[in-house]
Amino acid sequence: MSRPIIEVRGLSKRYQLGAIGATSLRAEFSRHWDRLRGRPHPDSREFWALRELSFDVQPGEVVGVIGRNGAGKSTLLKILSRITEPTSGRAVLRGRVASLLEVGTGFHPELTGRENIFLNGAILGMTRTEVRKKFDEIVAFAEVDQFIDTPVKRYSSGMYVRLAFAVAAHLDPEILIVDEVLAVGDAQFQQKCLSRMRNDAASGRTILFVSHQFNAIAQFCSRCLRLDHGRLIDEGKPADVVTRYFHTEAQQPLIQALADRPRAHAYRGQARLASVRLLNATDPTGWKLPFATSPTFDVGVELVSAFPTLEFSLCLIDGMGQEVFSTVSGWSAHPGPFYPGRASVRIECPRVNFAPGTYYAHLGIRSQVASEDHLVNVCSLEILPVYDARWPDADRMSGLVREAARFTVVSAHGV
Amino acid sequence: MSNAATTPPRETVIEATHGWRFANWQELWAYRDLLGLLVWRDFVTRYKQTILGPLWHIFQPLLTTLIFTVVFSQVAELPTDGLPPTLFYLCGLLAWNYFSQCFHSTASTLAANAGLFGKIYFPRLIVPLAGVIANLVSFAIQLVSFLTILAIYQASHPNTTCAPRWQAIVFVPLVLLQLAAFSLGIGLWLAALTSKFRDFGIFSGFLIQLWMYLTPVILPLAKVPPQWHQYVALNPVTMPVECFRYFLLGTGWLNVSLILVSISATFVALVTGILVFQRAEKNFIDVA
Repeated sequence: MSRPIIEVRGLSKRYQLGAIGATSLRAEFSRHWDRLRGRPHPDSREFWALRELSFDVQPGEVVGVIGRNGAGKSTLLKILSRITEPTSGRAVLRGRVASLLEVGTGFHPELTGRENIFLNGAILGMTRTEVRKKFDEIVAFAEVDQFIDTPVKRYSSGMYVRLAFAVAAHLDPEILIVDEVLAVGDAQFQQKCLSRMRNDAASGRTILFVSHQFNAIAQFCSRCLRLDHGRLIDEGKPADVVTRYFHTEAQQPLIQALADRPRAHAYRGQARLASVRLLNATDPTGWKLPFATSPTFDVGVELVSAFPTLEFSLCLIDGMGQEVFSTVSGWSAHPGPFYPGRASVRIECPRVNFAPGTYYAHLGIRSQVASEDHLVNVCSLEILPVYDARWPDADRMSGLVREAARFTVVSAHGV
Repeated sequence: MSNAATTPPRETVIEATHGWRFANWQELWAYRDLLGLLVWRDFVTRYKQTILGPLWHIFQPLLTTLIFTVVFSQVAELPTDGLPPTLFYLCGLLAWNYFSQCFHSTASTLAANAGLFGKIYFPRLIVPLAGVIANLVSFAIQLVSFLTILAIYQASHPNTTCAPRWQAIVFVPLVLLQLAAFSLGIGLWLAALTSKFRDFGIFSGFLIQLWMYLTPVILPLAKVPPQWHQYVALNPVTMPVECFRYFLLGTGWLNVSLILVSISATFVALVTGILVFQRAEKNFIDVA
């Protein structure tokens, strides 16, 4: 094998927590004053976002980086994109680099699509000639040809994202560094981007990809790194690393207390959401369900008065903010009666094959008189990637719901 | 995959830099397309959703001149070097406005572009450079309106001695270059300081306001007592403003040693400005 195209050796990054806050002279003086008097200043803590990180990436590899929030993924990308400097250690990138930490960086709302393509292209490091050569391709990819001379502030958010990604997708670097950018846009366009990146990878481009979408990582990375507290703690085949991640990552407790969560409005509160629990989790440590399993929740309720019935509602939102499932007890039967004190209500969702990924739940309670309580994001739950032989290729399909249907021949006239 | 084998790959080494770095001219040159586009973006977007558009650059100095004429010339009866007050103030403002605009656009570089700088790398110096170049557009508009008013004045006062020194007019771009370089230098200092302490953001607005009164925009330098000239020389903007009057209106008080002091100060401001900016810029995103 040739020399690695990305070589990271002992890369460390320290943040001075105090320095982040000290953006006024007053704070700085108070810090120096404390130091003079030999007192530790409350703000002078430090924090290592990356610690002695070393790894190599060979040309043509597609490497995914995972880890929970604060593990150092973004810091790593920022250093490799030269947005910030490491505190120590070094990284060598051998080839033309393009980094994509956000789509549409530098887009100006007043400029037209055409103008923004040139501007954004230049910001991403393309020359004018390169942009001109790829202009038609970019417009076609973004599907915005009718609006190319309209200011982008009149674009729908979908068009905006498509145009922004299209410019980025037509960069021609040897090394592409991508952050979570796929978390935007509709599912169909995401698939288009992923397949574009897959083609790039197949043609020998090296890609470093950070994502929370384990599905995407499993789909197109050839290797996966897992960071934790700024260190590399696992690497290997994406499916293995992701599975180990799910098994070892400290999870939210299986029962979530809701009583003290802040409410968006002052609801009547005669019946309040007190807790939620996932009953059919795969293992006792996490809010995780295998593919083709629907969640069953137990919702704890605190009641001040008695109700003959209460209306419960549940909504599941996917990682992209898309509402994929909603139900309300009126469609089956309202539970009841309820008496002052505590109660527990079970919500069994029908069997629906949700796409693997992260989902958030919203819960609400209504009485006949008013909205009693409502909470958004009461929990997040993960539908695991498909490892089930009954659903071959379900990972590769798009669609928020992936169901079996019946296919029969209705007529078959041979020649 | 074979790319690396056939052509020697471009190698980027990322590590902590220590000490001071000067501008990397080669890299700035590589990003010249971006410089051009940023200048153009500035120009195109500045007047969107304004009714008067670039006309603002004509009204602003005209209104300021009107106020100056009423307050300083009519009420306070300050002399204007024997020049008609309107032309005197307009000419001073022509130079001063370019300086103060460049200073503002440079000093706000880091704060105004935090979003951009946090997401993508390019040599940060490109942004203030683009600002200084884009400000030439408003300078050009003001210059044209100034020359128009001068021509009208000359036509209505046939005996006036007030006229540009055409044989020396080539120096105007040089003086403009000096103003650009000095405002860039001072602006970079303030951008760097503001990135660390927000106090300097407030300070810079106030600095430029006071600075105008220390510059012969309102009062001609010839009226300053000679024993104060060494203090006047401390202000590097003084000579460029006087030069403008000398070249465009034929009257002004120039002094070679003061010009040399001003040019040296410009040089020092620019070089140190780039150094402190480059040093502040590398960790700017971490504290923003």
